[in-house]
Amino acid sequence: MEEAEIARATTRIAHQILERNKGAAGLVFVGIAARGDHLAYRLAREIERIEGTEVAVGVLDITFYRDDIGLRSEAPEIHETRIGFDITGKTVVLVDDVLYTGRTIRAAMDALVDFGRPDVIQLAVLVDRGHRELPIRADYVGKNVPTRKDEIVRVALNEVDGEDAVIMEEPA
Amino acid sequence: MIKHLLSMKQLAPDDVTHVLDTANSFREVGTRVIKKVPALRGRSVVNLFYENSTRTRISFELAAKRLSADVINFSATGTSVAKGESLKDTALTLQAMGADAIVIRHQSSGAPTALTRWVTGSVINAGDGTHEHPTQGLLDLYTMRERFGHIEGLRVAIIGDVLHSRVARSLTFGLSMMGAEVTLVGPPTLIPPDAPSWGAKVSYDVDDVLPKLDVCYMLRVQNERQRRQFFPSVREYSRLFGLSRARVAVLPEEAMIMHPGPMNRGVEIASEVADLPRAVMEEQVTNGIAIRMSLLYLMMTDG
Repeated sequence: MEEAEIARATTRIAHQILERNKGAAGLVFVGIAARGDHLAYRLAREIERIEGTEVAVGVLDITFYRDDIGLRSEAPEIHETRIGFDITGKTVVLVDDVLYTGRTIRAAMDALVDFGRPDVIQLAVLVDRGHRELPIRADYVGKNVPTRKDEIVRVALNEVDGEDAVIMEEPA
Repeated sequence: MIKHLLSMKQLAPDDVTHVLDTANSFREVGTRVIKKVPALRGRSVVNLFYENSTRTRISFELAAKRLSADVINFSATGTSVAKGESLKDTALTLQAMGADAIVIRHQSSGAPTALTRWVTGSVINAGDGTHEHPTQGLLDLYTMRERFGHIEGLRVAIIGDVLHSRVARSLTFGLSMMGAEVTLVGPPTLIPPDAPSWGAKVSYDVDDVLPKLDVCYMLRVQNERQRRQFFPSVREYSRLFGLSRARVAVLPEEAMIMHPGPMNRGVEIASEVADLPRAVMEEQVTNGIAIRMSLLYLMMTDG
């Protein structure tokens, strides 16, 4: 996927979110650090462009909720969590770059319920690469990309990496 | 990350920055409705306190609980220690019970180091004799960085009973490692003779130091540690070295007042000074929980 495709996918997902939820009322975005947050801001901008409604965006770091703490050789890097609004009663759209095993989303939902009780949690991802290990699926998908388990899917975003791209890499 | 935290000297500047950055995220956890994350679920942390302590023990206990670890408090009074058990046997018992981390405070310098020989879990020094209190040093560094945005170049005076203060040692090592300018101030009897080797300047005159400070760090007069008389009277000490209202007026406007607690109001710090907005003791306490969460997390989750 390259820049134009990512932009089109973002616009489409924004439309789908509005269609499914019948507008932007009660909608909030929570992006998972360190790429999902930027995608969440892009979706919010799209929705503002389409509907003229501002949607609040929060950032969630799921490190403390991981299920592999202590199994890895090093403590995972921690990002900032910033959810400056109450999520209780809201429709929360979780946003991430790549959906793979589903463990990140499991951790994100655990984290989210510590902040309140949303009415609905939905999931938007730019890439779904398959190989789920948990019963989790995305409500909005930018692109389904069939992969082998040992392949690496990397999403680059302008805000952090200086370019927009989805890159498939062979294992080193 | 290191396995045990015994002294500030074990840490490199990058380690300190890493601990402080991680603490930032944990401070955010402290502002949530549910101030708890499951990071250390299923691990156990033992608080082994041979010396009385309220704030440090509670701070460690809260830190561990907010990480979902199980906490066991073990104090010297009313336990096997009171029956004469040695540190080694206590350590072996805790080891056999499967403690993943032991937080120890002991009246003897070096006790935490000895403990590392007998246990496989992480050991965190929560104050040993007159040696070090590294977690206090780190939370003070964090508090200073929060306020000024950097540590390098800060002018800090640590004033009072430097000789008996493990806080002063840890903080001085940390500050000079991070590039701050430290001056130790007190009566000559309370400044250790090897102080110049800590990377700090020494002064015996408070009023000379105060006008050029970013941080004025007051130490507690430790009556319980004073076997000999180090100064003629508390009143004289207070007059010569206490932080009075008049002395605060000499401090630069943006300078911050710190104290590790517990304070002796009216001795090293005037009561009205302790209640000024620029005295940040409560911030230090809040930051202490975040720093201890950061340390427990980093030390216990490295494979």
